[in-house]
Amino acid sequence: MTAPQFTRVTSHAALLVADDVDTDQIIPARFLKVTDRAGLGPALFADFRASYGAAWPLARPDAAGAQILIVGRNFGCGSSREHAPWALVAAGFRAVIARSFADIFRGNAVKNGLVPVALGDADHAALVAAVTAERATAVTVDLAAEQVGFAGRAAGFTVERFARRCLLDGVDELGYLQARLPAIAAWERAREGAP
Amino acid sequence: MFEKVWAAHVIEDEGDAPAVLGVDLHLVHEVTSPQAFAALAARGLRVRRPDRTVATMDHSVPTARRERGGGGPAVLATIDDAGRHQLDTLARNCATHGIALHGVDGERQGIVHVIGPELGLTQPGMTIVCGDSHTSTHGAFGALAFGIGTSEVAHVLATQALLQRRPRTLRITVDGALPAGVTAKDVILAIIARIGVGGATGCVIEYAGAAIRALDMEARMTVCNMSIEAGARAGMIAPDDTTFAYLAGRPHAPAGAAWDRALAAWRALPTDADARFDREVTLAAAALAPMVTFGTHPGMGAAIDAPVPDPAGVADADERAALTRALAYMRVEPGRPLVGHPVDVVFVGSCTNGRLSDLRAAASVLRGRRVAAGVRALVVPGSLAVARAAEAEGLDEVFRAAGAEWRSPGCSMCIAMNGDQLAPGQLAVSTSNRNFEGRQGAGGRTVLASPLTAAAAAVTGRVTDPRTLEVAP
Ligand code: SF4
Repeated sequence: MTAPQFTRVTSHAALLVADDVDTDQIIPARFLKVTDRAGLGPALFADFRASYGAAWPLARPDAAGAQILIVGRNFGCGSSREHAPWALVAAGFRAVIARSFADIFRGNAVKNGLVPVALGDADHAALVAAVTAERATAVTVDLAAEQVGFAGRAAGFTVERFARRCLLDGVDELGYLQARLPAIAAWERAREGAP
Repeated sequence: MFEKVWAAHVIEDEGDAPAVLGVDLHLVHEVTSPQAFAALAARGLRVRRPDRTVATMDHSVPTARRERGGGGPAVLATIDDAGRHQLDTLARNCATHGIALHGVDGERQGIVHVIGPELGLTQPGMTIVCGDSHTSTHGAFGALAFGIGTSEVAHVLATQALLQRRPRTLRITVDGALPAGVTAKDVILAIIARIGVGGATGCVIEYAGAAIRALDMEARMTVCNMSIEAGARAGMIAPDDTTFAYLAGRPHAPAGAAWDRALAAWRALPTDADARFDREVTLAAAALAPMVTFGTHPGMGAAIDAPVPDPAGVADADERAALTRALAYMRVEPGRPLVGHPVDVVFVGSCTNGRLSDLRAAASVLRGRRVAAGVRALVVPGSLAVARAAEAEGLDEVFRAAGAEWRSPGCSMCIAMNGDQLAPGQLAVSTSNRNFEGRQGAGGRTVLASPLTAAAAAVTGRVTDPRTLEVAP
């Protein structure tokens, strides 16, 4: 398993401007009975989609093939299921742009090469307006520059330093931790009182 | 308190990398672990500290009553192939790596956040992680306990450590004494309604104040359990004599001289008087009432006798749209209390309210009464130990006599992975922790409430203020 890498992506965007979209909406629990992580794309938003009926924003032909998903506040709240970013990635998304993210989702996303982009309210509103007016608007998420570009505008964002380094350089977090095993073992001996 | 536990577990904190945090206890269940074990296998790695790893089966386990106790094949008769495969995979992984497993045929099986404390595995000052967001439950003991994703489960399995950024701190003080009929569940629902589902994002909450101190351990677990519902990384309550009395004599609690040493360390954990928090919130216990949720996230809650908010009165356009959508989904009318709303199902259980005291509370309402016609009531103990204790005091008879289903332990209708679920459109009053759309079954509608309020709904068939029902002591 190699560490996921990301530098930048340019794509039209899918708009799902709802707040507090929880992980049960992103992928309902009945799809969690898997023991691998493949093929979760169709499970993405399975019930949420149904609840919107014909008005489901991601069903629009002009949202097809989008690699960027624009959502509202507190995206990914609820459970810790990593199946949520797995399903988003399986459905072709490389970045999610929100006003804010829930903590566990944010951490899970970066570990799977899905960039969580939190924009300030004004930038977010401008992006939503631009994409609403012209669905084909090319949106660029540039992780190295920590900038979102759209319609001649640039909006800054920050990704947690280490997560950013991991994504840009393809650093493997588990490998990083394994390299620290001597320190971990020493700490354990001190804490447990060496026999 | 958080600082003390954090500092004691930071192994390395250098440069721009997050801290390397040592993990004392890693709890594992069948749903979020298979891909992590697979990641280890792919790299040829072993579980580094099986002695600090404990597994259980809970999410996918069917809860149809096991007639001969202990579970076994009869229980699994109703499981689907995917669920069975998941349970088998966990059993195989635990056997391969020498991890203690409380499986369906064990005497200690139960919901991961119920059995950890029950077995005395959960102790003050520990770091505890699990691939489950309600790991915050264990913070009731003054442990730093939080949910992690499956990639991190692999990290902990392989190294017994984790990369973590230091969270911010939020102290929530609940002053005074709770009125009769108002429980820990109502406290936490009121807190979430107040600060919002994202209100504690990035924070560890410390719950303090006289009303929190007065809670027993099971009630404290209810409060800490739902910390994640406010977006918090973890919730903690300083350990005290209530904590120590609960722990004494538990199977994995220290004993003898080790107990004395542990106790001395635990007594040093509570927050110093001059400790500073990034943020403070205060609530008056006396002003609290039984709470119910009316919408589709745990922050959409109100006192049971207060009117459901009207979207017309909400200034923020996004919030107005969200509330409008939620009320339409719930088929709830704004502007008047939820009391009287018809109910199809009542669920008592989950890691929030599936412990003995919760079952006692529900039984106090159901004793001598009948579940209303047309209502299905499920009582699902959080663990086999809870089930045995409840049966020892005859609570199962109370539930059965009332016409409620007394089921076997598991997550059950909290997450609806095991076949226990709502039909589309059904409305449940549930003691669980999430009322997201479809959480209890696609199209199902959930009203979160305390065991008292849930039981009251069961007997009347409507959302009912438990304070209006006479309760046998
Ligand atoms: S009872 Fe519900 S919230 Fe608790 S661990 Fe099980 S599924 Fe998760």
